[in-house]
Amino acid sequence: MYKRVLWFLPALLLIATVMLYPALRTFILSFYRMDLGTSFQAEFAGLSNFARLAVDSRFRGSLWTTIVFTTTTVSIEFLAGLGLALCADTWVQGRSAVRTILLIPWTLPTAVIAVLWAWIFNDQYGILNSVLTRAGIVSSPIPWLANPTTAFWALVVADAWKTTPFVFVILLAGLQAIPGELYEAIEIDGGGAWAKFRMITWPFLARFVFVALVFRVIQAFSVFDLVFVMTGGGPGGRTETLSVYAYQTMMRYLDFSYAAALATATVAALALAALILYWLLIRNREEFS
Amino acid sequence: MKNLARFIVVAFCLFSTAPFLWHVLSSLKDGAEVTQIPPTILPARPTLENYFELFEHRPFLRYWLNSFMIASLSSLLCVVSAAPAAHRLARSSARTRVVASSALLGLAFVPPIVFVFPLYELVRTLGLINHPWGLIFPYAALNLPLSIWLLTGYFRQIPIELEEAASMDGLTPLQTFLTIVLPLARPALATVTVLAFVFSWNEYILALTFMNAEYARTVTVAIATLSGAFIYDIPWGLIAAGVIASSLPLIVLTILFQNRIVAGLTAGSAR
Repeated sequence: MYKRVLWFLPALLLIATVMLYPALRTFILSFYRMDLGTSFQAEFAGLSNFARLAVDSRFRGSLWTTIVFTTTTVSIEFLAGLGLALCADTWVQGRSAVRTILLIPWTLPTAVIAVLWAWIFNDQYGILNSVLTRAGIVSSPIPWLANPTTAFWALVVADAWKTTPFVFVILLAGLQAIPGELYEAIEIDGGGAWAKFRMITWPFLARFVFVALVFRVIQAFSVFDLVFVMTGGGPGGRTETLSVYAYQTMMRYLDFSYAAALATATVAALALAALILYWLLIRNREEFS
Repeated sequence: MKNLARFIVVAFCLFSTAPFLWHVLSSLKDGAEVTQIPPTILPARPTLENYFELFEHRPFLRYWLNSFMIASLSSLLCVVSAAPAAHRLARSSARTRVVASSALLGLAFVPPIVFVFPLYELVRTLGLINHPWGLIFPYAALNLPLSIWLLTGYFRQIPIELEEAASMDGLTPLQTFLTIVLPLARPALATVTVLAFVFSWNEYILALTFMNAEYARTVTVAIATLSGAFIYDIPWGLIAAGVIASSLPLIVLTILFQNRIVAGLTAGSAR
């Protein structure tokens, strides 16, 4: 028996030290107070951190930003990824090259991508303003990252640029797993493109859609690198997401317990989102059972 | 219809590459041209001076080697500890597998921000702040849940008869694992290693928190701070060169291992 444990030992040790213990510590710390005021000694504080969350407008703002960011980026990435996968599915010779080209943005470091896009959106030297003014679409350069709304959309564009390929690759694999004879059967029955999509493609694809969406929703909800580097949560904290707020609370304000409560709240919100997604996509579909 | 589909795909490929290509071109411009308003597209006087500046006058080679060492060792540590666990898991009862898979996926989906502060305490206690192992261990562990999960799926496809035959020939379970199972699982091991390498190379939040000394920084942190370090007169040409130099290993990996990366990404939906 103990020999069997040896096979799991390295993995278990690593996961326990780096993930389980810290997760537990963060959760427990959210019921304590540990900041400058307590000289960084943990003092039990009950639910006071969560009471503070309830009236913290910065928390509400970052929660809302995170939710809007997640729904916007994931919807765009899903629609663009699905459209692209449908377009590329029939292109046998080009598929592999297209997949490689599209995968490159996905593999690049998000922090580096954030720098790359920050420069493209730069009001003076950025290529975007230059192209737009030359084409006569705008008369004077737009300070994209200095305005809350355009800064938010700049983040969305950068995120969609990087992660649409992820959705595309998964959905393309799904499309390729569909047996071609099924489409022929619909053709014989006189069905058109829409009938093919609704009766064959979509039911087959649903599981792939679920996997792609779960991954994307979770990653988008935890977004840190992109926002922290590209806008720093600004201007005026208007693009601050939950992870960025929690990080600032931790490393800038050194309020470790409140940061822990913010992290705990992030996980709770994420779990709720996962549950909703599960309910929408799996529970309501007969095909999965 | 077909042509329209191809046009859309090609247009998106252009959109995917254009921002990066613009940085390639910008990195070849000299200091005066890169801040020219309006910006030029093609460099008028192509030069490699930004790259010389980056590697000769700034410790970029150091950052690059830090990232390379940390990503290599952590992906290796990850696959070495994931493989035996996944192999055992693949041969355990369906019930155990379902419970373990759910736990692994659940762990993989926890937002990294949850681990940052306790890990920081831990790394500091162990004296590993600004030390490569302060990132190698965490990166290996953070990659483990998905790696074990991916490998378990692959090991299950290896016929159990092979292992039974090996044990009848007198091989111990460890020998069977090392000489029969692992060689067969090479493609899956490559997938897991490449994905773990990419993740570790790209990781930002832990690297930013644990590596605060100049000499210990990884490329992601170095590039992100390079642009924040100057309020006036941001050295865009230098930053563009840094963006390219830090992305290059990943582009090479993607081109070489496209099939393995796709296999890893799609494994979850195919099951």
